Amino acid sequence: MKNSVWLLWRPGRRLVIAVPYLWLAVFFALPFLILLRISVTDMGSGIDPFAPLVDSSTGAWRLRLEFDNYLSIFRDPAGSTGAGWGDTVYLDAYRTSLKYAFFTTLLCLLIGYPFAYFLARARPTVRPALLMLVMLPFWTSFLLRVYAWKGILADQGVLNQLLLSLGLIREPVVMLYTDVSMMVGMTYVYLPFMILPLYANLVKMDVRLLEAAHDLGASAWKAFWLVTVPLSRSGIVAGSMLVFIPCVGEFVVPSLLGGAENVMIGRVVWDEMFSANNWPRAASLSVVMIVLILVPLAFYYRAAGARKGA
Amino acid sequence: MPASRFFSERRLGRLWLALVYAFLYMPLIFLIVFSFNSTRQDGVFTGFSLRWYQALLADSRLVDGFFLSLRVALVTGTLSVILGCFAAYVLVRYTRFSGRTLFYGLVNAPLVMPEVIIGLSLLLLMVAVQRATGWPERGFVTIVAGHTLLGMAYATVVIQSRLVETDRAIEEAAMDLGCRPMQVFFLVTLPNIAPALVSAWLLTFTLSFDDVVISEFLSGPGVTTLPQLIFSYARRGVNPSIYAAATLLIAAVSLGIIAYSLFVTRRQRRRHREINTAMRAAPAGGRR
Repeated sequence: MKNSVWLLWRPGRRLVIAVPYLWLAVFFALPFLILLRISVTDMGSGIDPFAPLVDSSTGAWRLRLEFDNYLSIFRDPAGSTGAGWGDTVYLDAYRTSLKYAFFTTLLCLLIGYPFAYFLARARPTVRPALLMLVMLPFWTSFLLRVYAWKGILADQGVLNQLLLSLGLIREPVVMLYTDVSMMVGMTYVYLPFMILPLYANLVKMDVRLLEAAHDLGASAWKAFWLVTVPLSRSGIVAGSMLVFIPCVGEFVVPSLLGGAENVMIGRVVWDEMFSANNWPRAASLSVVMIVLILVPLAFYYRAAGARKGA
Repeated sequence: MPASRFFSERRLGRLWLALVYAFLYMPLIFLIVFSFNSTRQDGVFTGFSLRWYQALLADSRLVDGFFLSLRVALVTGTLSVILGCFAAYVLVRYTRFSGRTLFYGLVNAPLVMPEVIIGLSLLLLMVAVQRATGWPERGFVTIVAGHTLLGMAYATVVIQSRLVETDRAIEEAAMDLGCRPMQVFFLVTLPNIAPALVSAWLLTFTLSFDDVVISEFLSGPGVTTLPQLIFSYARRGVNPSIYAAATLLIAAVSLGIIAYSLFVTRRQRRRHREINTAMRAAPAGGRR
């Protein structure tokens, strides 16, 4: 045993492993540990968030962990309004984030699935060009494309002017800074993340299965629901996760297109850090956000694992 | 009867594709059209003018921000590809070493981690290091570190998928012919995965050039990238100079993509020609 380990020890190999490993340890693992550590410090002002966890100043060694930051996420710290459990601005922000993430995923699926389906059924000669057209906006600034929606959806914006001139509406419809602009922006940004895995899945599907279903008397609609959709389940799961997970932490779209009343958690973390200067709370809010994302992620990996096993 | 149904499905398909493409391209068209508008108005095109391009070039903050972003993106792209190359090589070739599972997790975690948390935790690290050693100032170095963390994860995915497909037999042949491991890597493996390195570099360059969130956390006083400036302008209201900047960017990207695809198709054609000549030159019975 010891001998084989010795044989595996090769300096070149060690170095190749060490370079990326060290980088990730220093710039990813270590910051995360600091985040965890700061999330359990006292949030009272004047206390150094970097003070050592183990305090020996009083002569005795004492481990100082403060979970107040976590408690205050779930309970109103003032405690003035009744019990206050589950009724804080932070929980509202989490709920808002999950709500937008859910509806964005749903909309992306409803728009993206037929799109990917028709794309996969397009003539093979035009498919690469069509796919390229989906990817192309990716390469231009995401920020600028979100910014453009501001001009399109504004009260005096292009869309309102168009609808007015067509006589469809009498006065401008307020779309900017509402749920409408939020959903348009979020769906716009994340739609390609849904389309690409769905397309990759659907394009591989054996068309003969549909022909078989047709020969056995299934209508096109029935064949679609009983053959195509179940076969593309892994694509649906992958696409949904790719949309849902980044949506929860989205920062730019709500900042530019969202209203004042629907604040998402990314924004709250930012405000706690730079406006309220409450580092421990920003850290604990982040930790809870990670836990929130781990749930769908675990679900995704289980689905992926089950697929491999089958 | 099935023909008519097929026809209707095809028509529905075309309509759906057209609508979604319109949705995807509407903002780009809007940016281009209204960058040439003669007034600040957003809804109506009042006339053609280049005044917003003049305003853009006169805005020294935007110009400075552009060059800072360019420098950050160049360094980030290069560092990400180097680190991603290492990481991909480790993941594909070293299937057994202690800590591999942890390594796999660490490589992929930045892909699903919200950018806000990446920015925040890196900021906390930088502050801690700065307190201890007085270095680094928040600015260029910290932004590059943050972008490279994310860029490396993307680069690894791109390079990994190419490395998996390469034929190990060629490397083994080189080894049998007396190449040392380093030579094998630089003379065989690297040329083999070169296309992936190029796409990974382009991808991470673009990610870095476009990033707001991580830069917002890690930049210091007086160091503001172009996306950060755009972000702050955008929150204040309409500024058609930004549309002009967007149009220039779209033009640059389109030209780049056209040039790249021309390059790729030409190389493919040459390759096909060479393969054909080789096949013809080979004796008829000499097939593998």
